[in-house]
Amino acid sequence: MKRFVYINDESYQNDYCDNQISNTKYTLWNFLPKNLWEQFRRFMNQYFLLIACLQLWSLITPVNPASTWGPLIVIFAVSATKEAWDDYNRYISDKQANEKKVWIVKNGARKHIQAQDIRVGNIVWIRENEEVPCDLVLTGTSEPQGICHVETAALDGEIDLKTRVIPTTCIGLDSEQLHKIKGVIECPIPDKDIRRFDANIRLFPPFIDNDICPLTINNTLLQSCYLRNTEWACGVAVYTGNETKLGMSRGVPEPKLTAMDAMIDKLTGAIFLFQLAVVVVLGSAGNVWKDTEARKQWYVKYDDDEPWYQILVIPLRFELLCSIMIPISIKVSLDFVKSMYAKFIDWDEEIYDQETDTPAHAANTAISEDLGQVEYILTDKTGTLTENKMIFRRCCIAGTLYGNESGDALKDIELLNAVADNSPHVIKFLTVMALCNTVIPIKSPSGTISYKAQSQDEDALVNAASNLHVVLVSKNGNNAEIHFNRRVIQYEILDILEFTSDRKRMSIVISDSQSGKIFLLSKGADEAILPLAYCGQQIKTFVDAVDKYAQLGLRTLCLGWRELSLEEYLEWSRLFKEANSALVDREWKVAEVCQKLEHTLDILGISAIEDRLQDGVPETIEILRQSGINFWMLTGDKQSTAIQIALLCNLISSEPKGQLLYINGKTEDEVARSLERVLLTMRITSSEPKELAFVVDGWALEIILTRYKEAFTELAVLSKTAICCRVTPSQKAQLVKLLKSCDYRTLAIGDGGNDVRMIQQAHIGVGISGREGLQAARAADYSIGKFRFLKRLILVHGRYSYNRTAFLSQYSFYKSLLICFIQILFSFVSGIAGTSLFNSVSLMAYNVFYTSIPVLTTVLDKDLSEKTVTQNPEILLYCQAGRLLNPSTFAGWFGRSLYHAIVVFLITIHAYANEKSEMEELSMVALSGSIWLQAFVVTLEMSSFTFLQFLAIWGNFAAFYVINLCISTIPTAGMYTIMFRLCRQPSYWITMLVSITIMFF
Amino acid sequence: MNSGDAAGSSSGGSGDAGAPRRASRKPKYSKFTQQELPACKPILTPKWVISVFLLVGVIFVPIGVASLLASNKVVEIVDRYDDACVPSNVTNKLAYIQNSTISKTCRRTLKVPKDMKQPIFVYYQLNNFYQNHRRYVKSRNDQQLRDASKANETTLCDPEKTRDGMAIVPCGLIAWSTFNDTYTFQHNTNNLSIDKTDISWKSDRDHKFGSDVFPKNFQKGPLIGGKTLNESIPLSEQEDLIVWMRTAALPTFRKLYGRIYVDLKENDTITVTLDNNYNTYSFDGKKSLVLSTSTWLGGKNDFLGLAYLTVGGLCFFLAFAFTLLYLIKPRKLGDNNYLSWNRNSAGH
Repeated sequence: MKRFVYINDESYQNDYCDNQISNTKYTLWNFLPKNLWEQFRRFMNQYFLLIACLQLWSLITPVNPASTWGPLIVIFAVSATKEAWDDYNRYISDKQANEKKVWIVKNGARKHIQAQDIRVGNIVWIRENEEVPCDLVLTGTSEPQGICHVETAALDGEIDLKTRVIPTTCIGLDSEQLHKIKGVIECPIPDKDIRRFDANIRLFPPFIDNDICPLTINNTLLQSCYLRNTEWACGVAVYTGNETKLGMSRGVPEPKLTAMDAMIDKLTGAIFLFQLAVVVVLGSAGNVWKDTEARKQWYVKYDDDEPWYQILVIPLRFELLCSIMIPISIKVSLDFVKSMYAKFIDWDEEIYDQETDTPAHAANTAISEDLGQVEYILTDKTGTLTENKMIFRRCCIAGTLYGNESGDALKDIELLNAVADNSPHVIKFLTVMALCNTVIPIKSPSGTISYKAQSQDEDALVNAASNLHVVLVSKNGNNAEIHFNRRVIQYEILDILEFTSDRKRMSIVISDSQSGKIFLLSKGADEAILPLAYCGQQIKTFVDAVDKYAQLGLRTLCLGWRELSLEEYLEWSRLFKEANSALVDREWKVAEVCQKLEHTLDILGISAIEDRLQDGVPETIEILRQSGINFWMLTGDKQSTAIQIALLCNLISSEPKGQLLYINGKTEDEVARSLERVLLTMRITSSEPKELAFVVDGWALEIILTRYKEAFTELAVLSKTAICCRVTPSQKAQLVKLLKSCDYRTLAIGDGGNDVRMIQQAHIGVGISGREGLQAARAADYSIGKFRFLKRLILVHGRYSYNRTAFLSQYSFYKSLLICFIQILFSFVSGIAGTSLFNSVSLMAYNVFYTSIPVLTTVLDKDLSEKTVTQNPEILLYCQAGRLLNPSTFAGWFGRSLYHAIVVFLITIHAYANEKSEMEELSMVALSGSIWLQAFVVTLEMSSFTFLQFLAIWGNFAAFYVINLCISTIPTAGMYTIMFRLCRQPSYWITMLVSITIMFF
Repeated sequence: MNSGDAAGSSSGGSGDAGAPRRASRKPKYSKFTQQELPACKPILTPKWVISVFLLVGVIFVPIGVASLLASNKVVEIVDRYDDACVPSNVTNKLAYIQNSTISKTCRRTLKVPKDMKQPIFVYYQLNNFYQNHRRYVKSRNDQQLRDASKANETTLCDPEKTRDGMAIVPCGLIAWSTFNDTYTFQHNTNNLSIDKTDISWKSDRDHKFGSDVFPKNFQKGPLIGGKTLNESIPLSEQEDLIVWMRTAALPTFRKLYGRIYVDLKENDTITVTLDNNYNTYSFDGKKSLVLSTSTWLGGKNDFLGLAYLTVGGLCFFLAFAFTLLYLIKPRKLGDNNYLSWNRNSAGH
């Protein structure tokens, strides 16, 4: 499918949507039905609605329907209001964006219109520091070379400036012509890939030849980018409104469900079944009792011939009586505490990163408990464990190793001398360092030059080269200028053969402006460059150097070059251009063509860049491993570097304490044998206290994941540590999926765009807002500034959240069951007819007020101090194993509520027997007994008390009396004077006192 | 959303990234946000636990003793008369009680076991009578009872709503089935007057039952439930009805019939002449007459006293047991060796 955009031609403009952005979910009209529909998709809400509807039948309802409708409406109103508020804010921000004034060209003249009125095909004019209102194909800029700079941070989170160029056919058009330009752009239908734009442009006469010119993402200005360092730019709108790349990539992420949520749902289901059982048993018992006993009781006056549905009446009454078993307040309570957990993470000073001014942020407010239950952490290496602050440390040029003694090649006298002596190898090496990149030099007014680079490695190389007097001074379009020892050398950049993770190398074709000679400069991973060496070149010293550097934990890059003949270049250039204008499989075709040029290189040397470990990484890993978390390191780096870093950060131990098992091989058989061997060793030694880890590389992993998944799964279960090197983003995600399929809670942490898939796949995704941009942090559930904050995130926030939710959820069931059991017990002394002991107001207030408020302060509860937890990280095992919320702890709470209900009920009916057994009084005594018990159970279960907790527990307790005394003054209320009478009776207080002591036993 | 704001502000302003008033994004410190609010952390150390148990024991045993003493001070005469008041030659008790032509007067003699100080409360006690039955307890209309203008308000009163299309006042099963046995007392040979005023709650008389609401169409049906009401007396003065309509929560209950303001001596005999009208025979219910004195804790009820003594005793026992355990096998507080993972590694 293709889209044809006719530039500046109004007759075609109505085919596509206008530029009105809409992120809202609802409109004014569909809000109520749509929102209700969404809320009722939850089982719990359906259940409550059913109960509420049943209550409208007055024959069966034990209490006033308001006792269910009230809370139900409140809960729905709260959710709906929240949704409406969010949506309203989205609407406001959309409106602002839509009504922003922009300049477009209409009938050959510039006009100021609202952004929402832009149509596909319009020419849009943007000035410096303005936001791009829709996806544009660049047609002109203020710069004579036809380039402009954009900041794409809002789109991909990358903070460097990117250069965008105008298509070749448009070069040279002046502002006047740009107003009249006509043509057609053939582009794909809207998609969300912000790295691809495979399109063509053809201008209509009189504008130059009607040659088709290819367009790439480099010719576009995408919505939400900012124009920087360029006076103005203009472009043709190709995608507008919600069809832009940004609009298309905006999706609703899958909601993540925590292990705890799943457990709570399961327990709710169990309670529901239990409730049905109670209803069936009591319902039939009630019907039997009715037919045998109640008919003899003349004062009840049962009719002899009843309608058929009478047999259902008693069971349905019990259904309603028992409906409070599932607490209506639990959802609201859980939502509240979960958002508090998230706020505590946002607010935490200790996980604020001073250096980059990044506070921690919980984007997903619903999954904090999972942090406390993490079993596997899958971590990226570069930028996550390391600082991703690259420093050029050593190099190997033409067989000579520099920087060995001091550890810093820039201070190596030999190298400095070699530069001073114009040693040709060294100069070539430095030239490649300075030129073979996509760095943009920016000259400040004071004359100093700073570099904006997409890759930290390139940044390090360019900076190192400039320190060694080969300074990249400027890069204007295709011209690059280098200063070397006060000499100025001009180069023209002919082509850039871009870096892709498959090719693992990038190249650049330049021509020396003086001599006119054409060179191919390449740099890349050693295994991507060394095989391309020309026949006969001795590469052994380079291989040795790579090994040596890798063992030091340095990142190596291999640099090479080749002189091209003009004919060879021209021939290749044609192919390259062709591939670049392909609309299908462009990336693959380009790679194919690039390969045709990158061969028989003269290997110049190896650069070694240090990437230091972040502060506190080894300690963090040590502590988290003590707490029973297994670590897998997934990196795109090479095996030796990865192992080295793993050793440095305590991930693995060296012999004899630890042992590394390698899974490698090039063919399926080799890999299978290797895997078998490793698995065997694992099985044998799994009981020994030896730290085993396996290492696998991307190639072998690919074979394993497609062919030997089962064996690998077994290995994954056995092995606590693994290092996977040379893995692609999708392999990272596959590994997460594999661990998830074994029922492990996984946390993926990374910092770059290549970690996004793994972060989204894992139960918990943590992004480090690092130097590689915010892409990972934005996709993640939690973003933090440094790896070491993970310790606090898991041990403190995760653990507290788990403990608090475990208590809150079970307590919610406990208190509902308690009141329900009392009702059930009461039915045994009231002829199993489904009489409610408590009145409607009390029941409603009990569930949504008396018993919900105090327990919310559990968000402040700390069972152990933060210090104790970090000193004894093993305590986390309790959370991981789910020891605080599982069927058996739940059974404990269940038993507790049954026990408490029986005791409260027995004490009440015995203390208030005979002449005191008045219904309203007895009901109030039982209710007060439950409230007293609640206050003490909450007190007993909490471990630390701040004044807020005191206030909530005892304030609520006081509120119970105040409210009931108030109700007791209303003459029309059923419980008029009751509370005053009770409070005057010594026997009431004595009964309360004995009720609470039962919780000691 | 944050980044969006940041981008918006930078474009809206001068666009200079290094603007001087760029605030740090460091979270603001407060004790609440850092979860550092001062908290007390009570730890249940053995000493604490033992002291608490001792304290509870010390408080509970005296209360228990006091409650038991109070209960024992109460003198109570309970006389079950439902069987005894049916002549022995009657085989079908149900037919007997339903036959309104027979006089059902019955005479009972009670012996006072101990001195009884006035006021002496006269109760009737029913067993196996479910005033709390779902169908029964709801069958009333409070508005009608309170307000003369709402006389036709009979919702919820099923199946005692109307008689021949006219609203019954008071409607409903509860009022319909009001207890209608009557008692008169003779002390030795003198008449013993029984005070039947102020037996209901004052609040009920003042606010729940209207002084201008008079019974209408009451007990006019083919089946007469219980007491008939004098149609010239307003509901607020029909105290027996008001007492009855305070429904009991349990199937065994006592309701106040009246008070006797005479002191009774040990071994005095009281003769009760009663009209045995109320039908409990169809469902094996029991009827008893109760004369009882009262204390600060109410009538005779050993339960609370026994409960307190049990709890207190149990607390003493536990305090003792814990003390022994603490002396024999003391454990250092906060000893990490007891942690499960430390124990396990030592065990292996």
